[in-house]
Amino acid sequence: MTLIKTTYNRRSFLKSSSLAGGGMILGFSWLASCKPTPEQVSNIPKEWFDINSFLKIGDNGMVTIMSPNPEIGQNVKTSMPMIVADELGVDWKNVIVEQAPLNTDIFQRQLAGGSQSIRAGWSGLRMAGATARHMLVAAAAEAWQVPASEITVKAGVISHNGSDKSASFGEMASKAATMSVPEEVTLKETSDFDIIGTDKRNVDGPNIVTGKPLFGIDIQEEGMMIAMIVHPPAFGMTYKSMDAEAVKSMPGIKNVFPIDVYPEGIERQWSDGGAIDKLVAIVGETTWQCMQAKKALNVEWEKTSPLESTAGHDEALTKLLNTTSKEPARKDGNVASAFKKADKVIERTYSAPFLAHNTMEPMNFYADVTAERALFNGPIQTPEFLEKTLASRLDMPVEKIDIKMSRMGGGFGRRLYGTFGVEAAVISQHMQAPIKLVYTREDDMTQGTYRPTYKVKYKAGLDKDGNLIAWHVKGAGSNDDLLFENRFPAGAVDNYLAEKFSLETNVTTGAWRAPRSNFVAGAEQAFLDEVAEAAGKDPIEFRLELFDRAIKAPVGDPEKNDYDPSRYAGVLKLVKEKSGWDGSQKNGAARGVSAYYCHNSYVAQVLDLSTDTKSPKVTKVWCAVDCGIVINPMAAKNQIEGGIIDGIGHATYSEMTFENGIPQHKNFDTYRLIRHKEAPKEIETYFVDNGIDPTGLGEPSLPPIIGALANALYKATGQRHYNQPFITEKSVIG
Amino acid sequence: MANFSLKVNGKTQEVDVDPSTPMLWVLRDHLKLVGTKFGCGIAQCGACTVHLGDNAVRSCQLPVSAVGEQSITTIEGLSENGDHPVQKAWLEEDVYQCGYCQAGQIMNASAFLKRNPNPTDVEIEDAMNGNICRCGTYTRIKKAIKNASNISNA
Repeated sequence: MTLIKTTYNRRSFLKSSSLAGGGMILGFSWLASCKPTPEQVSNIPKEWFDINSFLKIGDNGMVTIMSPNPEIGQNVKTSMPMIVADELGVDWKNVIVEQAPLNTDIFQRQLAGGSQSIRAGWSGLRMAGATARHMLVAAAAEAWQVPASEITVKAGVISHNGSDKSASFGEMASKAATMSVPEEVTLKETSDFDIIGTDKRNVDGPNIVTGKPLFGIDIQEEGMMIAMIVHPPAFGMTYKSMDAEAVKSMPGIKNVFPIDVYPEGIERQWSDGGAIDKLVAIVGETTWQCMQAKKALNVEWEKTSPLESTAGHDEALTKLLNTTSKEPARKDGNVASAFKKADKVIERTYSAPFLAHNTMEPMNFYADVTAERALFNGPIQTPEFLEKTLASRLDMPVEKIDIKMSRMGGGFGRRLYGTFGVEAAVISQHMQAPIKLVYTREDDMTQGTYRPTYKVKYKAGLDKDGNLIAWHVKGAGSNDDLLFENRFPAGAVDNYLAEKFSLETNVTTGAWRAPRSNFVAGAEQAFLDEVAEAAGKDPIEFRLELFDRAIKAPVGDPEKNDYDPSRYAGVLKLVKEKSGWDGSQKNGAARGVSAYYCHNSYVAQVLDLSTDTKSPKVTKVWCAVDCGIVINPMAAKNQIEGGIIDGIGHATYSEMTFENGIPQHKNFDTYRLIRHKEAPKEIETYFVDNGIDPTGLGEPSLPPIIGALANALYKATGQRHYNQPFITEKSVIG
Repeated sequence: MANFSLKVNGKTQEVDVDPSTPMLWVLRDHLKLVGTKFGCGIAQCGACTVHLGDNAVRSCQLPVSAVGEQSITTIEGLSENGDHPVQKAWLEEDVYQCGYCQAGQIMNASAFLKRNPNPTDVEIEDAMNGNICRCGTYTRIKKAIKNASNISNA
């Protein structure tokens, strides 16, 4: 039995009695979002009772649960309320989920990023549900004059064990809302969960398949105009001048003007990374009219810093890897003398290009700024930080700024950087009217905040028995130094040296699904495969030996090692069993294996490529995952499958290159994303069942699959693949 | 600007727009049917797929002046109660992640199944190859299309 204190963000447990007006509003929004049956309409609660800020209970037992975090497709809008509902003890079919507005006084960490929503939300969400359950029980105890300890709650019904007294949540809700908030609450035993761990379909599913307006780009408001931007064509250039007179008189065009999005003195947040300080805004009646004006407009730009090219980036990264860092990121033993003693030394360099995020919904934001207040609505992963920048830019207290969070047509890190929200604010303020800013695909793809370009050089030493005795890694990236020096194989090898370097570029970069891991995992796991081969060992056995070393006699301070070798080994063993791995090529398929730990979760994968066709196809992927307790298995598997397909696609086909600062790909005609034909035919996912508190799933399955793919490609083609995208190495997949 | 009389989702609607305006923006900006999505604007991603008669077309490349008498069906008009076999199969498989591309996927799949009610895996992949899903829900989409073909044939 777990007792926890409810002092956790005490302000979240506001008491309130009946709210007739509020009830009606909630009722209508339920109607709009769920398309109820006539039977449900007659069951709409007359009264709603606020139990706490996470949930309300209607007088008919319907429970509304607020989903605090932004939804980018990671399915938190379903999984977070599942946690509340399970602790509350309500039947899931009587739950209505609503997206909470930004309110940092009440909700913690309203942010989508780092696969952290579930991990960070776990305790708070459980407590919110458990507190409401305690208050319902306390109300029943008082009403029936029996001890609370004799009362049980199940599927929305409160029952007294010693008698036949029972009441529905709806019947007890009004009284519960008047009870005092308990000082501490008992959480359910994990073995008593009846919603957590079961398949629950996406709460927005019916709205998605019928095309309801869920996304930021769908927002339509009275009097709203459309806004578009024109940004510099190259990194290293800025706005100089324009002649907009002819364009201003084009049909539907209301205004064309330069905007200073970030004038001097603005307090920037980390989420303003990648900002383009000066832009041209076009405002018109319709999107098509703005697009025509955009094409016709001639803007003069001027150079402010060097115009960089891909060849230059590549050369500079190579140069960095040939230098020695003054302070290594981590050093155990002495690699130099170990390499001298080694029987075999292997050295390989891996690279990857810049990548655009390419969320299917281009950047957009709705803004309505007046002198008195500012209203916003749109797709943003970091509303709390955007609000701070807006307060500074509009010189307005945050209390007067209201941000609603729409569903997002993909995030992948791109919408962590809400500069488009600031642009929308400035345009609306200038127009003194509500506007919806919409990027074209070309604006979106060439705007920046890319996944950095990377290079990494590995050197490994083996003794005559094939034991790994030395490991030297040097990593470099654009505006990013790539390495996690305390991750595996740190702690598993006596002589270990990690050096990292960052190349300063004016091509803006940012977090992209599983930052750094999205490259370094594939490189490291491909290198390990080659080292295992040189050692004459099976690649899984070779890794297990290293984990065994890290378990029994970790090198260096074990506290410093940023992974649990037992859990790591656990997923490898599980995937070995499920895929029937025995080191051979099954049924003519070329197999590769990989394992990685990031964002607090462990993933191991085996990938099969068919070799019977001209170009290899990914026929099957087996995936073993340790993310602790799985909230919603059906949705969890979806995240895993998506990460695998995303990883295979980007490693194989995608890249952003530059000539004289100009992005060389502007749309999906030349920027290639993985498509149906190239996706794996089948993916099987298995979870380790260990009852550990849950960790995230939005990112961890992507990084290792690139290693599994590279290793299978080697088996299929006889060629090792060192440079992404692999398609440039002549391996056409699919 | 010119007047056009359009048959959209079984209703006749009048719009006064430039003849070059793509149906995508007529639907989204003028008729407020925002289920059809903007993804690339150059017919490469399929997010804007609608039915022109029985054919799946990219509405971002279909000027309003080219529609004439032909009927247009959007995701909002695919079924009255959201119960088209393809929609049901999508719900059953819990296909979507972000959900943005799915209207286009569903419109493409439904037109395809009408033409080919019992497709093979390869036929499904060929037919769906023009629709990008950045979240990577391809394996579920394929499964849902197979299920939908079973639902329709049951």
